[in-house]
Amino acid sequence: MRGPVTQTTMDFEQPWTLENYLKVGGYQALRRVLTEKMSPDAIIAEVKVSALRGRGGAGFPTGLKWSFMPRNFAGDKYIVCNSDEGEPGTCKDWDIMLYNPHLLIEGMAIAAYTMNVKTGYNYVHGEIFEAYERMEEACELARAAGFLGDDIMGTGFSFDLHNHLGYGAYVCGEETALLESIEGKKGQPRFKPPFPASFGLYGKPTTINNTETFASIPYIINNGGRAFLELGKPNNGGTKLFSVSGHVNNPGNFEVPMGTPFAKLLEMAGGVRNGHTIKAVIPGGSSMPVIPGEIMMDLTMDYDSILKAGSGLGSGAVIVMDETVCMVRALERLSYFYHEESCGQCTPCREGTGWLYRIVHRIEHGQGRKEDLDLLLSVGENIAGRTICALGEAAVWPVQGMLRHFRAEFEYHIEHKRCLV
Amino acid sequence: MLSAHIQEQINRELKKYPVDQKQSAVMSALRFVQDEKGWISTDDMSDVAAFLGMANMAVLEVATFYHMYNLKPMGKTTITVCTNLSCTLCGAEETVAHLKTRLGIGLGEVTADGKFGLREGECMGACKDAPLFTINNKRLCGRLSNEKIDQILAELDKS
Amino acid sequence: MINIEIDGKLVETERGSTVMDAAHKAGVYIPHFCYHKKLSISANCRMCLVEVEKAPKPLPACATPAADGMKVHTHSELAVKAQKGVMEFLLINHPLDCPICDQGGECELQDIAMGYGGGESRYTEEKRVVTPKEIGELISTREMSRCIQCTRCVRFGQEIAGVMELGMANRTEHAQIMSFVNSSVDSELSGNMIDLCPVGALTSKPFRYTARSWELSRRKSVSPHDGLGSNLALHVKDYKVARVVPVENEAINECWISDKDRFSYEGLNSPERLTRPMIKQDGLWIEVDWAPALEYVANGLRQIASNAGAEHIAALATPHSTFEELFLLQKLLRGIGSGNVDYRLRQSDFSADGKQAGAPWLGMPIADINAADRFLIVGSFLRKDHPLLAQRIRQAVKHGAQANIVHASDDDLLMPVANKAIIAPNELLNTLAQVLKALAAEKQAELPAAVQQAVAAVTVTAAASAIAQSLSGGQQVAVLLGNFAQQHPQAVQIALLAEQISALCAGKFGYLGEAANSVGAYLAGAVPFAGNVQGMNAAQMLAEPRKAYLLLNVEPELDMHNPQQAMSAMRAADMVVAMSAYKHHAMDYADVLLPVVPFSETSGTFVNTEGRAQSFKGAVKPLAEARPAWKVLRVLGNLLDVSGFDYDTSEAVRAEGLHTLGLDDKLGNHIAGVAISIMANGNDAGLQRVSDVPIYSADALVRRAASLQKTHDAAVPCVMLHGSEMQKLGVQSGDTVKVSQGDASVQLTVQKNDSLPHGAVRVAAGHPATAALGAMFGTIEITTGHSTKQPENACQVAGQSVERA
Ligand SMILES: Cc1cc2nc3c(=O)[nH]c(=O)nc-3n(C[C@H](O)[C@H](O)[C@H](O)COP(=O)(O)O)c2cc1C
Ligand code: SF4
Ligand code: FES
Repeated sequence: MRGPVTQTTMDFEQPWTLENYLKVGGYQALRRVLTEKMSPDAIIAEVKVSALRGRGGAGFPTGLKWSFMPRNFAGDKYIVCNSDEGEPGTCKDWDIMLYNPHLLIEGMAIAAYTMNVKTGYNYVHGEIFEAYERMEEACELARAAGFLGDDIMGTGFSFDLHNHLGYGAYVCGEETALLESIEGKKGQPRFKPPFPASFGLYGKPTTINNTETFASIPYIINNGGRAFLELGKPNNGGTKLFSVSGHVNNPGNFEVPMGTPFAKLLEMAGGVRNGHTIKAVIPGGSSMPVIPGEIMMDLTMDYDSILKAGSGLGSGAVIVMDETVCMVRALERLSYFYHEESCGQCTPCREGTGWLYRIVHRIEHGQGRKEDLDLLLSVGENIAGRTICALGEAAVWPVQGMLRHFRAEFEYHIEHKRCLV
Repeated sequence: MLSAHIQEQINRELKKYPVDQKQSAVMSALRFVQDEKGWISTDDMSDVAAFLGMANMAVLEVATFYHMYNLKPMGKTTITVCTNLSCTLCGAEETVAHLKTRLGIGLGEVTADGKFGLREGECMGACKDAPLFTINNKRLCGRLSNEKIDQILAELDKS
Repeated sequence: MINIEIDGKLVETERGSTVMDAAHKAGVYIPHFCYHKKLSISANCRMCLVEVEKAPKPLPACATPAADGMKVHTHSELAVKAQKGVMEFLLINHPLDCPICDQGGECELQDIAMGYGGGESRYTEEKRVVTPKEIGELISTREMSRCIQCTRCVRFGQEIAGVMELGMANRTEHAQIMSFVNSSVDSELSGNMIDLCPVGALTSKPFRYTARSWELSRRKSVSPHDGLGSNLALHVKDYKVARVVPVENEAINECWISDKDRFSYEGLNSPERLTRPMIKQDGLWIEVDWAPALEYVANGLRQIASNAGAEHIAALATPHSTFEELFLLQKLLRGIGSGNVDYRLRQSDFSADGKQAGAPWLGMPIADINAADRFLIVGSFLRKDHPLLAQRIRQAVKHGAQANIVHASDDDLLMPVANKAIIAPNELLNTLAQVLKALAAEKQAELPAAVQQAVAAVTVTAAASAIAQSLSGGQQVAVLLGNFAQQHPQAVQIALLAEQISALCAGKFGYLGEAANSVGAYLAGAVPFAGNVQGMNAAQMLAEPRKAYLLLNVEPELDMHNPQQAMSAMRAADMVVAMSAYKHHAMDYADVLLPVVPFSETSGTFVNTEGRAQSFKGAVKPLAEARPAWKVLRVLGNLLDVSGFDYDTSEAVRAEGLHTLGLDDKLGNHIAGVAISIMANGNDAGLQRVSDVPIYSADALVRRAASLQKTHDAAVPCVMLHGSEMQKLGVQSGDTVKVSQGDASVQLTVQKNDSLPHGAVRVAAGHPATAALGAMFGTIEITTGHSTKQPENACQVAGQSVERA
């Protein structure tokens, strides 16, 4: 089953070609916006009606974000697409760029028109070079076909889009680190305020959205905000791409309506790998707190439902773990990741992520102490809310989630110096 | 000195950015150096700095911040294996073990003939294809099994 | 203005200011490390977290904008918990061995940890160790493990010094401060990073482990080097100056000092210090007591005065001497009937003597530099000659000012330069005339007829007209003449044109004072036209050799415009009296050496380039038998029966010579009664000498500062040429060539320098390697006779790999 928003070209043998994109009505939304000279306010209103929330992890309402851009700013302004997905478990933007690159281009062009921006950048995660190349090629073709560049479709509107390849730094997914990175610097997040809408790329007003967010725009223009909203549920408009990985038979990206039961999504992913039972699920990318399998089976996949269960929908990356997984080992790997990826500038994250990792590492290696679990929570408390960017929280939430639901397993580890599983 | 080819590549990249923001091309410049030489030496960093009008130290900061840059000689082919959670759940440890035996080297090492280098990577944003690795940061190979790895190595050995 | 409440105190603060700014105003201290008022905000240490009412989490005071009605608590439970949490993180990887740390006792981390640190450490894992890097002779990174990654040092380089010498490589807890492949960190302002470092990670290499902070007594003083007059604290241990740090003075040096100010103290303790008076008898130097030495001098002078006439006695002094010393020197000379006294040792154009309105000075307060929006800087090795003034100009440029340069060398000023005309020295005057002409056209202003006539014939080049265009768009224009312009053989004409240019822009026109007391020396009357008895200027005293020379702190082979001529005059004299802190070359030609003390061992006054008189006290006792020069001169005055030499204190000297109130009317750059004439200078054939005085060769003290002498800037000067001139001559970098000026010559190594104009050759002055040559300006010949070839890139290292942490 294909999703109606981002997977429009998936039935073709070569889903990425401009030709095929045009066959499914590609660039019609842009054409409509430009030829009808739709007012930016009207577009923003439509996006607000759609209840589209940012697909990058924080779920911020997109229409609202766009309305923050200064309309009559004299100098340059930018829009930036965040395709740096590196949150473990997440691989949805990869598919969009690889199989439906023109959808992203069209979405960004509409956004550019709405915010009166002439230049956009698409920041692509370093490891998925093929997606970068695909985007470079697609931009080239779009330019040649008059969908990008000067005087798009003869309407007098100009917008150009460039791709910037990351090179191995998860933190560049954080929007201001990403801007620093485009500026040719280390990817160290900036303190906010000022926010990008007033001081962004090269110090100019900038709006940053996730790939999937931009890719949802053409649907909203073509079918109306209401139609998008109705794909999902109130306050959680549209469909959403979920990356399902880990212990399932058929891992993959699935675009399903917001509010789809988790059980259904699991079924689409072929169910838990053969002969095993579900133990735990990380529902929104590795920084979201883990949820035990039995609780998860009763949840629906949308921001509100997952939040109520004490976790978050995040980037929509679902990591499924079966009963063979040692939770201490799993947390050790995640803690190592955040320790490895801390940009190193602010004290609580630089020092705290290493401390967290070392404690979990000790427990996993049979050198845990009784007081370690409380120490983990206390160190976590000193990190979360004290850092420049949310990587601090991202490192702490997995710890909190694990100890909330699987504390016994950690205690067992400390006491018996080995795994429960 | 940066080769003519690299200079040409950088110049093309520079077109993406405002004229007074040449530094924006530093990441791609370093990538081009690595593509040509397999790694980036401090001399290369100075050359890039001079080309883009940056301080040497600013280039070194960038080169050491982003983990896909090789800062010491790596193999003609460098394989980077993702070992993050989704990949580990799907057997990344076995992937690493198999590569280690097949190549006879550990993580961060290069084979004696200089043909292969092996590195560990963080999440590559392709978790549905776990376990997986990249080849020279260009090609991503997923859903690996030992047989598939052998096949890829054989193919690389020939080229 | 907005109102905010901090710990219950209501403060008014500017819109756009931060909570930290407001706290300063309210007198509330918020602990911090990365914040520094002169640097950009990075908000990375998180030590300054405070509670802001209605904010869900603690916020960093340094970065949080103050908002009207905001209520801030710096000591609430939430704030203190956050601060303690951060302190714990800062300490987990920090060595806790304060007693053996060089920073111990003056460490911001140590101080704040006392208030916010926990008792016992909850961290039981292994501590991080950072391997030290070699970054040169001035700064030690031996204790890099103590770094708390506040990045103050990095920001200082990028924002204040203008050069990114240090950076933070790697990420995560492996983030490390380092220089590029261990390149040395010794730009002229680097030492400030030692002060900025809140912990003991960057320490002073010369000072390390020579004293604990509590053993030092701190004495205020004033820099004896460049014209800025930086305020210093001399830290003294065991009657010796153990180190020098800045004393903040926003109007002068802000909170910085140059490396020269900071590290030159090593010269105070140099083994070359002269400790007893010496007299040469039958070609042998013998140490004597003060009384016979001074008797000897007095007798000698008396004899020459009566036999040959007092006009055969000459006195030369460096402008690094104090006002009191210079005042007594000229008073002594005039007292015995000679007007031959001068401090302008490197000057060569004296045609404005007696025609200048007052002492040549900056023409504005130093702090006004930051407010200027257009600069025309003429003939200046700006960064090296005036490191902190250069820094102020850099800040102005950062805030939108345009710097325009007319000079004979295009040195990197570490700031964007709007326009420049890089021309051979003999084209300097003509180029300024072009700028003036273009500016008059731009402004549609009428020049005085005589000036108009003088500039009529010059042809305006594109560079000159670009400069004129830039200047004409300015509201606050500053036209500044550097040392090179002041030493130029057409210095007076240059000044006249510069004044015209600034007048057209309703701007300020001034001189960048070469030395600590260039203005003070003038005010002290240490110029030949100051008194009733007219005398010879510095150049004349050498051109028509005198029978006796009194040298005050002068090393003629290094300090004079024409060292060759100076040395032959010294050798020919009947008597040379060297008042000096050091044994030096004078041993060859002098008859008497009188040990006088450097600035740190006497009270005195320097008047800086903006005309501000700053007095200081001696920080330590005079070394051995050395005596303050003002006391020596007082005794000489008595011995020679000059009246009015009964001073008890240096303050009394100062009171007589310097009326500090109303100094302003004694300063004056306007020259009256010299006609402008744009004449070519010398012949155009041959290579024109461009000479700088290397930063660490500029005065006797810094020449003996051991660590500074090991830096790049102290390397033996090369002969520098533009690549095209090298091709013409058939020489290559690394060749040793014969460099001749007149009938003198030296051997120097060739270095390619494309920042030089065609037709020019750069040969430094003020350095022993070039002291045999003649005037600082003139024609130089280069012969390749027996050139020995060295490999071009001998010192270059091959590409290295970087260890990824
Ligand atoms: C450590 C960190 C990593 C992030 N990684 C990503 C990412 O890979 N992709 C992404 O779109 N947003 C990521 N974000 C969120 C972005 O900062 C930002 O909120 C998002 O790109 C905004 O787009 P949206 O409003 O369309 O979601 C990350 C945030 C943090 C703190
Ligand atoms: S929280 Fe971590 S990643 Fe974010 S700015 Fe601070 S150190 Fe960098
Ligand atoms: S002083 Fe505010 S974060 Fe460092």
